Amino acid sequence: MFIGGSRMKDSLTLLNRITAHPDSRCWFLAWNPTGTLLASCGGDKTIRIWGKEEDTWVCKTVLGEGHQRTVRKVAWSPCGNYLASASFDATTCIWMKKTDTFECITTLEGHENEVKSVAWAPSGNLLATCSRDKSVWVWEVDEEEEYECVSVLNSHTQDVKHVVWHPNQELLASASYDDSVKLYREEEDDWVCCATLEGHTSTVWSLAFDQSGERLASCSDDKTVRIWRQLGTEEGKGVSKDDLTWKCVCTLTGYHSRTVYDINWSRLTGSIATACGDDAVRVFEEDPGSDPMQPTFSLTAHMPRAHSQDVNCVAWHPKDAELLASCSDDGDIAFWRYQHSD
Amino acid sequence: MVVGSQLENANPLIYRRSGDRQVTAREEDEDVPDGIDDREIFDLIRSINDPEHPLSLEELNVVEETRVKVNNGEGTVSVEFTPTIPHCSMATLIGLSIKVKLLRSLPERFKVDVHITPGTHTSEHAVNKQLADKERVAAALENSHLLEVVNQCLSARP
Repeated sequence: MFIGGSRMKDSLTLLNRITAHPDSRCWFLAWNPTGTLLASCGGDKTIRIWGKEEDTWVCKTVLGEGHQRTVRKVAWSPCGNYLASASFDATTCIWMKKTDTFECITTLEGHENEVKSVAWAPSGNLLATCSRDKSVWVWEVDEEEEYECVSVLNSHTQDVKHVVWHPNQELLASASYDDSVKLYREEEDDWVCCATLEGHTSTVWSLAFDQSGERLASCSDDKTVRIWRQLGTEEGKGVSKDDLTWKCVCTLTGYHSRTVYDINWSRLTGSIATACGDDAVRVFEEDPGSDPMQPTFSLTAHMPRAHSQDVNCVAWHPKDAELLASCSDDGDIAFWRYQHSD
Repeated sequence: MVVGSQLENANPLIYRRSGDRQVTAREEDEDVPDGIDDREIFDLIRSINDPEHPLSLEELNVVEETRVKVNNGEGTVSVEFTPTIPHCSMATLIGLSIKVKLLRSLPERFKVDVHITPGTHTSEHAVNKQLADKERVAAALENSHLLEVVNQCLSARP
């Protein structure tokens, strides 16, 4: 394993650290599409909206009324006007952004227990949620802002941890306590599971597509990161849509000493950040000229005590390629500047 | 406490409790840094009540000092516990009680791992995985009924 050398020197610098959810966990972060606002959520049942003022980040609004239990994850709609929040109270709230505040316009009910994740499709017309009840639900949003469940997907055999949409297609991915990743798409008016990615040996906690959507990164309780590639895109156009398969083309092993809770793949630079239960934040980059079918990645930054407890989430800023936010069980959000190596 | 008329393990073996910790002169010296050791962790968990019997986990040999491993410098604590019978349905609850006791007692820098002693339970892997999943542990502890049961296990007996 290659660690050290000039490539890693001072490549992650702390810009700011704020107490975001005092006496509680901060579970997840989400930047709005323009990067002007950061939403955080936590064990204190609140969602907080952060905006930059001069050199620091300040809390603009606290959304404290929507949920009765922990808010596990939040997601912005592609237009930036809506925020969805997934809670252990088995509901998902949809918040509409007003001038200075947010209003809860809908509560999506139906899951039997804790909702673990929520994600918007790139069109903004579809929303996915997943739960400890082992299901993934796809919701359709109409012009009147009515939400209707169009599919309940029961392919996983355990608690579903995370959902994420392809960056430009209506292809959905989910990660589970059953150690697998699944992909879904619509076929003849119904949603179906079209691929199961097996290889991790414990819970898969999070997922991130690369900018093109041809590759997917997954992170796990087995302390590894896996890079999956869609086959059929490279080898020519003759392959029919039904024959697309996903193959693990790279496994990053030996870098993380505990569970990897989150992974984020920068759409701007291709850098991969990870959030780990050993309190560290790490960044990996694909080696220049590496074989697309057998890519290799190098650890380019390692911040050992990024937080005083487990790191739960890492989020690249959508516009500022060097800005990374992380949050932790210690309740803090930290902002980092990542110096991209050449 | 949680079980009504039918006891799962009606006649458990009962073990003798260990004596009190011997406090050394070095430990009483306020000028010497005193890290957390195996015995201190054991003392935190040995008097946890069994959910089924009016006995402590130590008296049922569910916890033993030799199955506690602390690395003070790295901030890690690992505890193995041994269910009294291989099909014990209380295994997850016992593990959760140990975990909650340590999370409440130790400084936040400690990572607490609680496992079943290898080979002593039929659902060892599933129980270990559940206990290691902090998200599911957090959700469980928001369940007021379960939290009450855990607190009963952790409360001092009259």
